[in-house]
Amino acid sequence: MSSNNRLPVVPTVTVLAIIKARLLGATKGHQLLKKKADALNIKFRKVLAEIVKTKTEMGKTMKESAFELTQAKYAAGEHIKHTIFDNVEAAQVKVKAVTENVAGVKLPKFQYLNDGSESKMEMTGLGKGGQPIQNCRTANIKAIQLLVELASLQTSFLALDEAIKTTNRRVNALENVVIPKLENTITYIKGELDELEREEFFRLKKIQANKERDLALKEAEQAMALMGDAFGGGGSGGSNLVDGDHDEDQLFTS
Amino acid sequence: MYGFEALTFNAKDGYLEALVRGYRSGLLTAGDYNNLCQCDSLDDIKLHLGTTDYGNFLQNEPSPLQVSTIVEKCTQKLVEEFRHMRCQASEPLATFLDYLTYGYMIDNVVLIVTGTLHERDVQDLLQKCHPLGMFDSIETLAVAQNMRELYRLVLVDSPLAPYFSDCIRSEDLDEMNIEIMRNTLYKAYFEDFCQFCQKLGGTTAEWMTDMLTFQADRRTINLTINSMGTELTRDDRKKLYPAVGLLYPQGQQGLAASEDYDQVRAVLENYSQYQTIYSKMGFGETPLLDKAFYEEEVRRSIGSLDLQFHYGVFYAYLCMREQEIRNLMWVSECVQQDQKARIYDGIVYIF
Repeated sequence: MSSNNRLPVVPTVTVLAIIKARLLGATKGHQLLKKKADALNIKFRKVLAEIVKTKTEMGKTMKESAFELTQAKYAAGEHIKHTIFDNVEAAQVKVKAVTENVAGVKLPKFQYLNDGSESKMEMTGLGKGGQPIQNCRTANIKAIQLLVELASLQTSFLALDEAIKTTNRRVNALENVVIPKLENTITYIKGELDELEREEFFRLKKIQANKERDLALKEAEQAMALMGDAFGGGGSGGSNLVDGDHDEDQLFTS
Repeated sequence: MYGFEALTFNAKDGYLEALVRGYRSGLLTAGDYNNLCQCDSLDDIKLHLGTTDYGNFLQNEPSPLQVSTIVEKCTQKLVEEFRHMRCQASEPLATFLDYLTYGYMIDNVVLIVTGTLHERDVQDLLQKCHPLGMFDSIETLAVAQNMRELYRLVLVDSPLAPYFSDCIRSEDLDEMNIEIMRNTLYKAYFEDFCQFCQKLGGTTAEWMTDMLTFQADRRTINLTINSMGTELTRDDRKKLYPAVGLLYPQGQQGLAASEDYDQVRAVLENYSQYQTIYSKMGFGETPLLDKAFYEEEVRRSIGSLDLQFHYGVFYAYLCMREQEIRNLMWVSECVQQDQKARIYDGIVYIF
């Protein structure tokens, strides 16, 4: 195992327990994030499909409403627009921003609000071109509804995109960096611990062997001594107090 | 009466009649419209209009051409021609021409009044006004803070003063819906214009009465159709009907009570002159009568050219030019929005 892909830890049993707990947490987190990413992906695809649908519809509706405007201008004259502009008091159509929660991600969403007041506008073009103006109004309100819907979808789309990217990055980071690192660390610690154990074992063996050898030597000597005593100190085995040990002179120098 | 106006007409108004008939020959023909319908872009339209009487009126416009620019320039041309004629005119033609602009004036006054009520900038409002409906004191309209003051300070000097004083009581002015005010003024205008034309006498009176009858009836029918389903009550609706026209008073009674298209149609069926109109009204569906009315207007306008020595031709010319501008607007919009299939729906061929 390469030593650079692991945490710099002291290989002890305590650390091993800590790391194991961390690995457990990381695996759990990975699972959860994976689930979240899946949920987001499902939503993402749904939004995408809806965007495509709305956009196709949008093209048609916009074209129609633009043409309704032409018809209104044709019937009521170019100058009708000033009358309409000047009669506007407050916006009739409003957009409310709300948030939707998908797997813990807050998605901005726009709601179309029409306060329903027909205002004074229904009288516009009373003498000339009133109907096309109303038609134009209805068509454009429809277009605005679609626009709001599309804006809502696209904002969600962007937010989702961002969220999915972050989640995927986290999933990948956990999967490819954190979890292998932890696993490597565990293997390393286990390896080191085994190594230590083996050394210990070897040392024990060695000590035992030494002890046994010493014991055997001692026993042999004892046996020899016993034998010598029994045979009256004869032969080579017998010890001579006089010429046996050469007593070194002790020199005391001060 | 008949025939005698020929003795003196040319001495005073001969030049202008020649002028207006000259302008009339500059109107776009069916051939021109066919060519315009073949265009693929607004630049093509510009190019084609260059070969007509419009000449190089779009020459100095920057290249991404807008439909509104075309309409604006066309209107400008019409205004120039009209002003030229107005300058040359002597009485009573001058007054007649002034009467033609009162309709625009009403629109402008209403526009400025609405703007003032909503506290818009006066200069902006003046730019939005139709150039034909300008009068001297129009800029001071915005000085007035409320409607009573408006009338007392400004409108009393304008040509519209009698319409205001006759039809709108000053206590009504403040809370009146601006559209009702506009239509009340129009009603007074129609009645006044009719009287004026009667006073002129001769062919003018004959033809103009015919035309104004049609215009008043058109207004009546439009008012009826457009006020269906709104808060306008029957009595209020009836008050807005001009007191002239073929439908007055019998037909208007019926129309005032009408609540759907079938009833309107039933009323109109009594007037064979409007067969072209009510035959366009399908049963049960929402009819779009504007084009039918425009066609009828143009048909009648062309009729004025068959007569001579009368003032109706000026009115007819104005109508036809307005229609031409609408046609051009329609064609340009269709070309720009790529709605070639609908291009023939809006064109009213004049010649």
